[in-house]
Amino acid sequence: MRKSFLFLLFTLLSFGLFAQEGDRVQGKEVYEHWCSSCHAPGGRKHPGTSALEFIYKGEKSGVLEERLDLTPELVALFVRKGVKIMPPFRKTEISDKDLLDLGAYLSPQN
Amino acid sequence: MRYPPGVSQSDFDRAVRQFESAIGADWVFTDEADVDLYRDAYSPLWGEEEEKIPSIALAPQSAAEVQSLMAICNEFQIPVYPVSTGKNLGYGGSAPVLTGSVVLDLKRMNRIIEVNEENAFALVEPGVSYFDLYNYIQEQGLDLWIDCPDPGWGSLIGNSLDHGVGYTVNPYRDHFEAHCGMEVVLADGDIVRTGMGALPNAETWQQYRWGYGPWMDGLFAQSNFGVVTKMGFWLSPAPEAFRSGSVQVMKYNDVHELVRITAKMMYSGILNSNAGVQSPMQFAIGQNPEMQERYDRANEEDIRILDEFALSNNTPFWSSQFKFYGPREIVDSSWEYVKRQFADIDGVRYQDQESLNFPMPYEELMQTADENHLGVPSMSVFQLGNRSNFNPAGTNGHLGFSPVVPMTGEAVLESNKVLGKVLREMGGNTVFNVPPYSYHQRTFTILVGFTVSRDADVNRKTRKIFRELVKVAAEHGWGEYRTHTAFMDDCAAAYSFNDNALLRLQQTLKDAIDPKGIISAGRYGIWPKHIRDEEGKGIAAVNVNKGDKEKKGDNNA
Repeated sequence: MRKSFLFLLFTLLSFGLFAQEGDRVQGKEVYEHWCSSCHAPGGRKHPGTSALEFIYKGEKSGVLEERLDLTPELVALFVRKGVKIMPPFRKTEISDKDLLDLGAYLSPQN
Repeated sequence: MRYPPGVSQSDFDRAVRQFESAIGADWVFTDEADVDLYRDAYSPLWGEEEEKIPSIALAPQSAAEVQSLMAICNEFQIPVYPVSTGKNLGYGGSAPVLTGSVVLDLKRMNRIIEVNEENAFALVEPGVSYFDLYNYIQEQGLDLWIDCPDPGWGSLIGNSLDHGVGYTVNPYRDHFEAHCGMEVVLADGDIVRTGMGALPNAETWQQYRWGYGPWMDGLFAQSNFGVVTKMGFWLSPAPEAFRSGSVQVMKYNDVHELVRITAKMMYSGILNSNAGVQSPMQFAIGQNPEMQERYDRANEEDIRILDEFALSNNTPFWSSQFKFYGPREIVDSSWEYVKRQFADIDGVRYQDQESLNFPMPYEELMQTADENHLGVPSMSVFQLGNRSNFNPAGTNGHLGFSPVVPMTGEAVLESNKVLGKVLREMGGNTVFNVPPYSYHQRTFTILVGFTVSRDADVNRKTRKIFRELVKVAAEHGWGEYRTHTAFMDDCAAAYSFNDNALLRLQQTLKDAIDPKGIISAGRYGIWPKHIRDEEGKGIAAVNVNKGDKEKKGDNNA
């Protein structure tokens, strides 16, 4: 009993941030404020979309909102680490709470 | 936690506690993972010992909080580096010039304090981006346009203070020229308002910029004399129509008339937006070693053959694009008038481009050739360096060498020749070479773009080429209008008239206004006294440079 309690506690701590539920409605606002200027549909004016279209070549959508395989962890990784010309976002831009909401919004609903 | 240079650990620990008390512990970032978010994502020094990395970051929410933080920094002589939105990518981003500085992140100060439609101005805080102001104006249904630079996420204040530019009309497109009135927190925490803002009940702070007595605003741009916490900007009433077209001339030597007439119309106010000189032949010449050699040498025979080459390609040697904003009748007749001015150039061609009426739905604006030229902020410029068929690996950012040259055909040819020679001889891997463009009134700016890499060897080579360009350009009387933090000493050293009298004056002012030297040490080559004395920065570094001896730090690279 004690062992399984410790395991559960460890699991919860390991997942940390992502054990919490993000708010998809708030996440949409975060997305529209910070992400859509690069990731909206229409690659000609949206460099994030055009880069992903180039990478996936139709295998997956270049539009983040249409992706079915994103997870909060993956979203957090790119937001905090950046990739190529996309710089990371500071916590004064996208807070940890915003990131949680954004992750929930961009992950497909279960 | 990282510590700033020249501050004892115990003093810094005490200061951090005071920072937390002043703005709340949530907004004092000391964890290295959080502070690493302030690294310059486009740093040409990435991963090297010389990379500029902050110690901690502070994020105040008001001018009063900035005052408290500055008073603490001043007490403990802690180097502090304010950034507005931290998006000055290509020019240092949110990283300081002096490693270990505390970044003062003003992004949370994002209030649009006033937008006045009748007198067409805005008063904003540093965290307000071009997107924010544009969206606010749209939501309020105001009959106003903003002028934005290429990426829309930057700060109006930060961009203006770094002499950033946009694409609509004078005086709005030169963002420092378009500002009117500032509020500034000084190193000791005092707060000052410039221009008419010095009147306690000012009613024209954003309308009359000179105020009374010496105009101080220039001191706070490209410098380190204070922290700007509010700034006013003139806005343009939304124009009724837009028109664009290009004038194309066929021969090498036609560039002289093309530029002379363009400049005259600019000085007359007939053309009041930016224009550039492009060579539609540039690519064909660059692909042909013989033609490139002739272009570089350009004697009479070479020019004759180059003209024949252009003719055989049925391609104009030069072209300029012109833009017109205003009432429909005026933009149409202006374009017709402009075309007539070039009519005496043999073989001249004209191309009508866009003709738009406003207001237009946002979706349609985003389908135009360049929405930024219509005061609509976006991120579309980041297609440059993006992963694509043209550039499958993409880039890790960019930076630009951008000297100011005269608006003459002669300068167009000479700058192309001189800078192109340096790039070719040093194996420059430029991502885009933009011909002269009048980003500012009355001059052309050359923008030589470089890609930034995560490979230190590539970056070292870029830095070497960049420094050579600074030196060679200066020999021709051309200086940078703005530069990345990695090259601020180099560019300051080029402005060396009378034994660096300008930098000496700037240092005198620095020592008087910020006697403990805490604000943005090294920004635009201005170093505080204690660092000049201890580390040979400032004039000492300039003099070492002149003697071709080795400089300290990253300038060796």
